[in-house]
Amino acid sequence: MTCTVKIASPLRSYTGGAASIAAAGATMDEVLADLDRRFPGMRFRMIDEQDRIRPHIRLFVNTREITRLAEPVARADTVHLICALSGG
Amino acid sequence: MANTLWVGTRKGAFALRADARRRNWKLAGPQFLGHIVHHIVPDPRDPKCVLMAAKTGHLGPTVFRSADRGRTWREASRPPAFRKVTSNPETARAVDRVFWLTPGHGDERGTWFAGSAPAGLFRSDDGGDHWEPVAGFNDHPQFPQWAAGSATPDGEFLHSILVDPRDARHMYLSISIGGTFETLDGGRDWAPINLGIEADFLPEPDTPFGQDPHHVVMHPLHPDRLYQQNHCGIYRLDRPASRWARIGKAMPRKIGDIGFPIVLHPADPDTAWVFPMDGTSVWPRTSVGGRPAVYRTRNGGRSWQRQDKGLPRSQAWFTVMRQAMCADRSSAPGLYFGTTHGELWASTNAGDSWRCVVRHLPEIFSVTHTA
Repeated sequence: MTCTVKIASPLRSYTGGAASIAAAGATMDEVLADLDRRFPGMRFRMIDEQDRIRPHIRLFVNTREITRLAEPVARADTVHLICALSGG
Repeated sequence: MANTLWVGTRKGAFALRADARRRNWKLAGPQFLGHIVHHIVPDPRDPKCVLMAAKTGHLGPTVFRSADRGRTWREASRPPAFRKVTSNPETARAVDRVFWLTPGHGDERGTWFAGSAPAGLFRSDDGGDHWEPVAGFNDHPQFPQWAAGSATPDGEFLHSILVDPRDARHMYLSISIGGTFETLDGGRDWAPINLGIEADFLPEPDTPFGQDPHHVVMHPLHPDRLYQQNHCGIYRLDRPASRWARIGKAMPRKIGDIGFPIVLHPADPDTAWVFPMDGTSVWPRTSVGGRPAVYRTRNGGRSWQRQDKGLPRSQAWFTVMRQAMCADRSSAPGLYFGTTHGELWASTNAGDSWRCVVRHLPEIFSVTHTA
């Protein structure tokens, strides 16, 4: 199962600057695991050690925000890794 | 002797380099622009090695390592993280920031310790690449009382990890808020050591833990001598005694003895420097009266002298954070502090006079020196 992952700019140091990459996985957890295998350390910057999404990270499948890593991801879906921050 | 000051800021890492005379400082950086850098610590066992504790506004905490004096950096393969739990994971601890880094004992090359917020102790034995939680502290039966995670909205900070140069198994750490703790067995068991430390913000001020140490230091040549800058004053402890003495009572009353950093003379255990801040009423935490000054003792805290030559005479309202003041190892020690306004001040005569060597940096969190 391959989807497209859109990478927010704060995470592109892991992807060599790539803003969009293909990743494998049938769930959000599997997609993130695939990313972390290829770009070590990337997952922990988004997901804490208790598998919670960090406060300034938002995960979308297409236009739907997901809050559980077990949410399914289908072939041809677009996963958005979004960084949300306020303040200076 | 070359001199380098590593400067961690709210927006990245900088380095200031000078020759042996320490007169002309050249600024390099930023590196990791936009990262919140709490601590940059050179390894005294290997001068080429430097560790940095960082995160960004968006992204979780991590540690970067350099093996070439900061020219290039690699991220830790396994950054500090608490043990994963299966019951009630929604309330389980997760590292929000790596706040403190300490090299291990001189005989344990590659060993490092890290302190986090919320309070946690972590250890690496491979130069900071892989980190493990120290279960003896993080999962101590009394830990929920020592650091409940709710003392302040940001959670408690674990800092001032001190390793006895005579015995790697003997260590101290401090939690703000929580107190100071000691292990004699390499971290398997810990006990509070806070007798004599005031906690005037608590319903029961005379408590075995719950105090607010801001910065605790151990003299490298006389490891039985500890100093502490606390939320409630300046203290000294000479082991094997276990009762701290409030040496800050000798500070001028109009200045008080509240502050964040405390710095030791590299060779003289009776000499220390502090940077007092306003801890009255609503706790402005700025330089007292807008007139910044360093205070020095040369007799273990029996008396203090003001050192403000060269510093602004008025309307200067900055703060010096607990990691943002340090000394070098010269016989007439250079002293350095960074401010929340992004200024780096230096003295090459043990604090007798000061000059600003760089301005307009981001808010400074840490300043460390390496030769």
